[in-house]
Amino acid sequence: MTLELFRIDDRLIHGQVVVGWGQPCALGFLVLVDDEVAGSEWEQELYRMGVPPEMDVYFDSVAGAARRLEGYRADRRTGMLLTGDIGTMRRLVAAAPGIRAVMVGGIHHKPGREARLRYVFLTADEEDQLRALAADGVAVTAQDVPQAAALPLEELLRGDGTG
Amino acid sequence: MSDAPVAIVAGHGSFAEGIRSAVEQIAGRGDCFVAVSNAGLGPGEIEARLREALSSSGARLIFTDLPAGSCTIAARRLQKADPGLVVVTGAALPTVLAYACGGDVAKAAEQGRAALTVLEGPK
Repeated sequence: MTLELFRIDDRLIHGQVVVGWGQPCALGFLVLVDDEVAGSEWEQELYRMGVPPEMDVYFDSVAGAARRLEGYRADRRTGMLLTGDIGTMRRLVAAAPGIRAVMVGGIHHKPGREARLRYVFLTADEEDQLRALAADGVAVTAQDVPQAAALPLEELLRGDGTG
Repeated sequence: MSDAPVAIVAGHGSFAEGIRSAVEQIAGRGDCFVAVSNAGLGPGEIEARLREALSSSGARLIFTDLPAGSCTIAARRLQKADPGLVVVTGAALPTVLAYACGGDVAKAAEQGRAALTVLEGPK
């Protein structure tokens, strides 16, 4: 296996990631890509706190992750890369060609966002950014947990928050 | 009857309300707890919800369900600004119930750990 899951999730490392995905997919490592977290030991300790010792966590900036992506891919364990927002994932995709699929795992309510799924709320600009990712050849789906079906982008954008 | 100061219980789905209602049913002390759920909330909103619960209740203690959970992350962020705040993670009913009945968080955590048991059937 390798780094094969690229997830946008505003909660970053949390229960769904560590337990929901971590156990059934036997995740061996997580890569948290966030420029702010990459520069803060306190933030890193916060996110590392609840991760089981057998799961490694790497913290990287967008530029660093783009440089090290091939190294993460060469890892024989199954891994998941996380960004906290769509813009960060777009910057990574632009800087590191070869990312073919991205899942929206959780973007929660904020003023200005509309509900698309019970775990995805988007502004018009965020919807355009997801369309732009798809136009760049990235398969964009929405999926919170592994047991749920991965919804294609068109279905996500048609949602009214009840799905 | 204990005088356990009010505390927050926070977690996924209906975990917190379930714990609160179970404590009420067992010991009549559901009023010791304010329940907060992370359902549908982003990280900033979870933190705001916890801050609001602390402020309105005067609580200085937060029980959370999962060590890696978003409620725990939010509680730890609040603790950074307020080091006197106590966070107990991995909380389940025995721990929270022991706190409600005794008011001592360290003893409650011990009792919670001791209660976790695998019971096998007769061989």
